[in-house]
Amino acid sequence: MKSVKVLGSGCAKCHATVDLVKQAAADAGVAIELEKVEDMAAIVGYGVMSTPAVVVDGKVVHAGGVPDKAKIAGWLA
Amino acid sequence: MNTPDSRLARWLLGLAVVVPAWVLIYGHLTQFADAMISLFGLSRETRLGEAVHFFFYDTPKVLLLLTAVVFLMGIIHTFVSPERTRAVLSGRRLGFGNVLAASLGIVTPFCSCSAVPLFIGFLSAGIPLGVTFSFLISAPMVNEVALALLFGMFGWQVAALYLFLGLLVAIVAGMVIGHLKMEPYLEDWVRAIQAGSAVPVDHAGLPWAERFAAGWAHVKEIVGKVWPYILAGIALGAGIHGYVPEDFMASFMGKDVWWAVPAAVLLGVPMYTNAAGVIPIVEALIGKGAALGTVLAFMMSVIALSAPEMIILRKALKPRLIATFAGVVATGILLVGYVFNAVL
Repeated sequence: MKSVKVLGSGCAKCHATVDLVKQAAADAGVAIELEKVEDMAAIVGYGVMSTPAVVVDGKVVHAGGVPDKAKIAGWLA
Repeated sequence: MNTPDSRLARWLLGLAVVVPAWVLIYGHLTQFADAMISLFGLSRETRLGEAVHFFFYDTPKVLLLLTAVVFLMGIIHTFVSPERTRAVLSGRRLGFGNVLAASLGIVTPFCSCSAVPLFIGFLSAGIPLGVTFSFLISAPMVNEVALALLFGMFGWQVAALYLFLGLLVAIVAGMVIGHLKMEPYLEDWVRAIQAGSAVPVDHAGLPWAERFAAGWAHVKEIVGKVWPYILAGIALGAGIHGYVPEDFMASFMGKDVWWAVPAAVLLGVPMYTNAAGVIPIVEALIGKGAALGTVLAFMMSVIALSAPEMIILRKALKPRLIATFAGVVATGILLVGYVFNAVL
């Protein structure tokens, strides 16, 4: 099971990203472990400077904006 | 049809149609506004007619300019990421570093909701506190929306002056904060943090079709968000333009009123809106005799010294550093206001 983390301090774009990831996982029929990271120290610990950012299996794959659906599907594949 | 080349061809074709159309419309704005008031059976001799004319002249003008500038900026953002800016700034010293940071603040994508991670990311890469602040002041204050609107409503001279003075405030305020050695007033968790190494966000090989797409996405995001503020601002501005008597503002926002500039700065702090809503009102006030320096100080204060941003930054800064930041920036804006009023 893939572990997906969405990093962001609770702005509207972060919520949009979480929803998109959930939907993409449901569409692809992939079970994921989704976690929302809001703690600033943890976010910075990933080396991320612009939120929302997405971490898949411990690796930052995206930062600074809502990712598009095709990209998310690519991470989950 | 979906190879990168064909997508690029479609973008270029689209731009080849849209750009001349843009230029054509932009060149006929007065005729459009004239046509609109005669459509309503109004005359510019009347107050209502003048207000309506103002509205129908300014609205398309501002929206056209804004769309063009925001589109370009969206493309520029695909070349400059915060990570890249950090790499450029790391190891720079006070002085030149501040100039560089303030300048990069104009073109680097920035959203106040990621101000804290960005702030810490910069510090942990060895960028001095003062240089980081130069970036943090310039990024929201000298932005493309403000510059596009100022250009549209007052001409390039005022836009250039705003750009120059905004950079100057950011550079000098950052240098002052740097010299005050405020590092102990960072929150403890910030000082203890070991940031992970920068995430490689590689935009270098991005095809142009995607850069254009990013520009358009930026237009949808920014223009989609600010247009109601612009319409409200222009409507209010139109009302002032048509109904407030000439020189009405001169009595309390004119050049000779010494307390007008500090009052404008104080008034701006609790207000939190984007440049888009303020500038049309500012234009109308100036038309009624308000001094340019006073209203520009008001505008800078609204954008650069907003209470919500202070609250976000409070997570990382102790109150004393927040107060210093606000005090130094406010002083800079005050000076800008007085200088503008004295020179013009």
